[in-house]
Amino acid sequence: MEHYLSLLFKAIFVENLALAFFLGMCTFLAVSKKVETAIGLGIAVVVVQTITVPVNGLIYHHLLQEGALAWLGLPELDLSFLGLITYIGVIAAMVQMLEMLLDRYFPALYQALGIFLPLITVNCAILGGSLFMVERGYDLTESTVYGFGTGVGWALALVLLAGIREKLKYSDVPNGLQGLGITFITTGLMAMAFMSFSGIQL
Amino acid sequence: MANTSVRLLLEPIVDKNPITLQILGICSALAVTTKLAPAITMSIALTAVLVGSSVIISLIRQQMPSSIRIIIQMTIIASLVIVVDQVLQAFAYELSKQLSVFVGLIITNCIVLGRAEAFASKNPPWPSFIDALGHGIGYSLILISVAAIRELLGSGSLLGVPILPLIKEGGWYEPNGLMLLAPGAFFIIGLMIWAIRTWKPDQLEKPEYRIHVVHRTEAQ
Repeated sequence: MEHYLSLLFKAIFVENLALAFFLGMCTFLAVSKKVETAIGLGIAVVVVQTITVPVNGLIYHHLLQEGALAWLGLPELDLSFLGLITYIGVIAAMVQMLEMLLDRYFPALYQALGIFLPLITVNCAILGGSLFMVERGYDLTESTVYGFGTGVGWALALVLLAGIREKLKYSDVPNGLQGLGITFITTGLMAMAFMSFSGIQL
Repeated sequence: MANTSVRLLLEPIVDKNPITLQILGICSALAVTTKLAPAITMSIALTAVLVGSSVIISLIRQQMPSSIRIIIQMTIIASLVIVVDQVLQAFAYELSKQLSVFVGLIITNCIVLGRAEAFASKNPPWPSFIDALGHGIGYSLILISVAAIRELLGSGSLLGVPILPLIKEGGWYEPNGLMLLAPGAFFIIGLMIWAIRTWKPDQLEKPEYRIHVVHRTEAQ
């Protein structure tokens, strides 16, 4: 149990996908103007991430890994080079399914997310989560915890930045830094704050 | 014709730079720039994928039904990235280890899909090729300059060759550790955007809220 808690903590704070690995930066900078949209996108990312990381883990361990197809009588087959295209396919399919489910059962949330939902497909945080999971060899439970943790961490950073940017609107920013520039500097300061979590072990 | 080609090639390098103006492909710009060598590899890899995918998509643009075009584009891009990844693992194993997951993440690099969607699916192969090359160069330029600053200030060397002699090796330079960490990358890109926008004032963004300037008469 402790092991999973520690993994969760690490995924949310220490190795925050947005602030330590710079993943999903494009959406991170583009969608962080309002707290409400940021919360909506954050929830969507947590859901998609919690589903896709373990599913990709299962596919990798049971179909792609070297020797995984031994039950078919092909023990030497190594399909791991097909990983990238499989993961992105799984992610695209999951996002499409989520979109249809939301449209059917939660139309309000569907309307609020709008264009951001399909854009999750090309959010590097999602693909990055799956790739890190494979690189570090997490098992099924670990990858579920890791997927959930990274999703929460990314959403947390996004909502925090949106909160700061809402206040920042009323500040006197130098002309050249207006908009994108000051957002980068703010994110840098946030990344410094999150670095203080590093080295903490549960 | 020659003029449009030149314009397509040069425009994305400064005037419409994918990173500093269009906010595309930032993840990798920040993540692989602690050292110069991986940044150069990444630039070449991305430019290769971008040019390849743009030309292929532009060639089949008439045959592509628009309802499933995104998934076709993703498949083409993913296949090209797999090729690049395998080539890197075969010929530059050390570098590919350093880039870790970021080669795979070229698939989700917004520049690639963005150019495929905005330009290559509407234009013939030759302009698409030029446009992709221009965006690749614009991206590489930022990536390489950020990496050069970070490696020089962070570890006092360029491409692993010592430029500023470090104190611990008997020189005078105390490396700035912040440059090698995540926040340093954000600060450098932020400052770089400031510099570019001071140079090219038409890229400035309008403030969302104008601060009321207090006149002397009002203040009293």
